[in-house]
Amino acid sequence: MWKRDEAVKPTSGLPATPATAASTQPVNGPAAVQPDARRIERDIVNIGKSVVIKGELNGSEDLTIEGHVEGRIELKDHVLTIGPNGKIKAQVFAKAVIVLGEVNGNVTASEKVDIRDGGSVDGDIISPRVAIAEGAHFRGSVDMQRKGAQPGQGQQKASSSPPPEKAQTSMAASTQATAAAAH
Amino acid sequence: MALSDLFSRRRKEHAESEAGASDAPVHPTKVLARFIAGLSARAQPVLLDLGPVVGSNVSFFGEELGCKIIVEDLSKDIDRHVRDGLLDQFPAFLMKRFPQESGSIDGILCWDLFDYLDKKSAKPLADQLVRMLRPDGVLLAFFRTSEPPPGLKPEYTRHVVVDKLNLQHRPYPAACSKQRPLPNRDIQRLFEPLRIVEQFLLKTNLREVLFRKAPEPASTAPVSPSV
Repeated sequence: MWKRDEAVKPTSGLPATPATAASTQPVNGPAAVQPDARRIERDIVNIGKSVVIKGELNGSEDLTIEGHVEGRIELKDHVLTIGPNGKIKAQVFAKAVIVLGEVNGNVTASEKVDIRDGGSVDGDIISPRVAIAEGAHFRGSVDMQRKGAQPGQGQQKASSSPPPEKAQTSMAASTQATAAAAH
Repeated sequence: MALSDLFSRRRKEHAESEAGASDAPVHPTKVLARFIAGLSARAQPVLLDLGPVVGSNVSFFGEELGCKIIVEDLSKDIDRHVRDGLLDQFPAFLMKRFPQESGSIDGILCWDLFDYLDKKSAKPLADQLVRMLRPDGVLLAFFRTSEPPPGLKPEYTRHVVVDKLNLQHRPYPAACSKQRPLPNRDIQRLFEPLRIVEQFLLKTNLREVLFRKAPEPASTAPVSPSV
């Protein structure tokens, strides 16, 4: 399962467009599994460096954010990656959260939170597994729930997420998304 | 080989490989196991860590105690005050530094933080920690007992838990040097009304101290005698 995270990682340092996301290669994947890996990569959505989102962001697929998001992010059963350029000021709910950029807000994950080298989190983390790299910045609290416990808020909002068959990242009606010209 | 030795070795290897700091020395600790034992009776204890954030420590305490860990890295605050030349304001800063409610923390990990504070700063910090500690809560602190060798570059120590009995000491640059070692009497007075329940002087000249806050007095309401 964590192979998927590794497939997400290489996109982080590159210009954030769907085209670049599709062209990334898995780090350790042998040649035999490349077609599968490519299929997975096609499902990864990127929010580019120049994109600013204010509001609520719900989705039912893995997402990489390189831009700015303010408000609330919910990817109930999926992996959220905050790329090195990503700046998040939001409450985050996801299955797994990988942080290479900056997060200001509470993070709730049903599986794992991974703050990588250079990543920064200012807020409280609720997750059964937490990994914090040595070069990472973290200020807040970590609540590693016992196995079997359910993250409260993430479950409550589950009904508001779109049906899985849509397989598209959708923004709530209140969302104001502006794709400004870079810099 | 005993099973415990195997686990200890595996955890040691894991801690080393995780951060690529395999050359950092591993030192035995006597007091950490007692600290954990002091918290293990509680359902979901709240732990306050005053050292730098260490991922493997968060995992260790989370798995060992199922606790909530609050990380408040005070070394960054010390460095910032030293760099800005505002060290004289540090005691006042410490008085307002902690938003936690009184009696809300079950265990506090000070590591060797007090070695870097002068008496003016040490007292308000100790007062804040005593305030936050819950009755019957425990506080772990290390104190150096000898002067550091002259010419040594200032550095902090990142204490990485290898297992209950071993800590890896990973040095990293600091903006200020360690202060004069505190005599035992001063350590005791600093944390009053906490009492010292365990104290070890290690071969490394490190004094490990475990403090405990007195439990709440039993209810004074008269108890009807059982028939």
